[in-house]
Amino acid sequence: MFKHFAALQWKSFFRSASLGKSLAVKILMGFFGLYMLGTMLSLGVALFFAIREMVPDVDPLVLVSRFLIYWVLVELVLRYFMQKLPVMDVKPMLTIPIAKNKIAHYILGRSGVSIYNLFDLVFFVPFAIVLGFQGYSFLNVVCWFFAMMGLVLTINYLNFLINKSDRALLILLGLVVGLYGLDYFDIYPVRELAGDLFYGLYEHPIFVAIPILLAVGMYYLNYSFLRKTLFLDASLERKTKEAETAHLSWTNRFGDIAPFLQLDLKLIWRNKRTKAQVFISLAMILYGLVFYTMEDFGMNSAMLVLVGILMTGIFLMNFGQFIPAWDSAYYSMMMSQNIPLRKYLEAKAGLIAVSVVGMFLLSLPYVYFGWEALLINLGAALYNLGINIPVILFFGSMNKKRIDLTKSAIGNMQGTGAAQFLVGIPLFGAPMIIYSVLLFLVSFEVAIGTLALLGIAGFVFRKPILDTITAVYRRKKYGMIAGFKEKNS
Amino acid sequence: MITAQHLTKRYGGNIVLNIENLEIPKGQSFGLVGNNGAGKTTFFSLLLDLIQPTSGHIINNDIQVDVSEAWKPFTSSFIDETFLIGYLTPEEYFYFIGELRGQNKADVNALLANFEDFFHGEILGQKKYLRDLSKGNQKKSGIVASFIGNPEVVILDEPFANLDPTTQIRLKGIIKDLAAQQEVTVLVSSHDLLHVTDVCERIVVLNKGEVVKDIQTSTETLKELETFFGG
Repeated sequence: MFKHFAALQWKSFFRSASLGKSLAVKILMGFFGLYMLGTMLSLGVALFFAIREMVPDVDPLVLVSRFLIYWVLVELVLRYFMQKLPVMDVKPMLTIPIAKNKIAHYILGRSGVSIYNLFDLVFFVPFAIVLGFQGYSFLNVVCWFFAMMGLVLTINYLNFLINKSDRALLILLGLVVGLYGLDYFDIYPVRELAGDLFYGLYEHPIFVAIPILLAVGMYYLNYSFLRKTLFLDASLERKTKEAETAHLSWTNRFGDIAPFLQLDLKLIWRNKRTKAQVFISLAMILYGLVFYTMEDFGMNSAMLVLVGILMTGIFLMNFGQFIPAWDSAYYSMMMSQNIPLRKYLEAKAGLIAVSVVGMFLLSLPYVYFGWEALLINLGAALYNLGINIPVILFFGSMNKKRIDLTKSAIGNMQGTGAAQFLVGIPLFGAPMIIYSVLLFLVSFEVAIGTLALLGIAGFVFRKPILDTITAVYRRKKYGMIAGFKEKNS
Repeated sequence: MITAQHLTKRYGGNIVLNIENLEIPKGQSFGLVGNNGAGKTTFFSLLLDLIQPTSGHIINNDIQVDVSEAWKPFTSSFIDETFLIGYLTPEEYFYFIGELRGQNKADVNALLANFEDFFHGEILGQKKYLRDLSKGNQKKSGIVASFIGNPEVVILDEPFANLDPTTQIRLKGIIKDLAAQQEVTVLVSSHDLLHVTDVCERIVVLNKGEVVKDIQTSTETLKELETFFGG
């Protein structure tokens, strides 16, 4: 039976409409996966020796044990975002004679070989081997290894149970911060205590039963949960949230682009992926702290221009790069309705412009690092406003991939194509080059001033620029309509 | 009102639509029937400039649709669920369409009041987004939205499919009322021969992309169509 399911899975992957088109993305992800595996493997080999080198007076295994508690918590948080729930198109299976138990076991069993578990495996195997060679008792190391694997599977299955609730995430984050805080401020020796517990797994091989029982328990919980929900009305049917009506009448002051602005605001707020983009964008404002607190960059390094462009333009990039694919689900309606294409693009440009101004205002506190910071961010914001908005709209005309709005944002590559990678070059490459050259040849003031002037010039000439872009969109209209109709791409 | 000349659409080597000459006068209620793949939706998509003709053109009220956008203000349509914006409530959707067609909320509300029976209390005030409505209710919303803003040309692709019997009968009444107004040209495609002969003055049968019958509806029409599709 497993063989049948696996064959179905295989076909659904290789016969998906997207396979050919997004092969580049898949290969890229594949390389990234291999790179991560390699990293984990070398870490597994080297960690023991690295610790012995750096902290010679502590047993490396004891030290590792002390951090295992954080590993568990952080891994849970990471998996919360990254790991997809194991889903299978079970609807057609329900009416044919396959025992529901088997479907449930298959779904859960398959998630046991997830890439995230593999990452842990390639770390713990070499680490355990090194331990064995370094004179740790063989039996104890083997049992410790299985205990760790039990923990990995416990994390794996616990994640499926908590993944649907935001509250669980908050609790996890709270635990990480809270425990680390207790440690850091010497209020309570969490690390020591947890270290003893985890070291106990090595000292007393019999304790290996605990994590393994935990894993089995988690599996069983998942199983009984899944088994109960394998009915059409329980889990397969989507839960409907009560709709809230929004009026957003304040947008009316924007004149005839108001209906589109309202539509875009609703689009952003009522769909998972776009909503997540907003939070990511807001969090990006902290990105500058990384660079401004680093000594290596002078106060007028080109890196800071990059930071400025990214901070004030993060929403521009995140949201703008998928224009008009956000509207892909109903694009043919938009194209046959009484909508002048130009108004449609103007509304998008307006929304992004508001975000750039907003992000610039949020970046004002960077003046703490000096007036140059303010000038750089202002120059970058103006450049975004005048140059990058038309650039991103222009690249949008190359979008032909449908976006399913209801899918979550994190790790979601849907709608990603070569255009999304290319667009980065003019967006922040061009201003960095202009700035660096002028900084080298003339001065900081002239360099940042030029960026600002370029932006202002783009803003002044926005009408003819937008006309040109509209013409491009009109020319590519049929390709877009056809592309957006293809699902699973 | 609508003229198609030398119109063909080809995908690869397949000709999916080939209409030498088709004229639909203003105010006519026009029915398009044919089996799957006959080219009904292709014709409507060409009419709405959603796909490009391989050759020929369609003229809608003196405007060639693939050259100018000026046909949009007086043409409205509902082809399928992709014409709906899933994350809006039906009311918001109607108001949005209204705004695109120069109608304020009061105008839209006045129009919606006529469709209370048709909605059967399942559309308005439900606190649900369109994406969470049933297929039938989504369809009802889309069809009514296409009546907003006094369009002169209304295009409905398979409006009867997925609707319950009561709603089908009500929809027939609505389309008949619409067609009775001299100014409005209604284009309907359907697989239901009975419904389409009921509401349309003229029926064109497409088969593999070609017009094979062009009938002014009479009492014998249904029989004629049944013979054609049955034999």
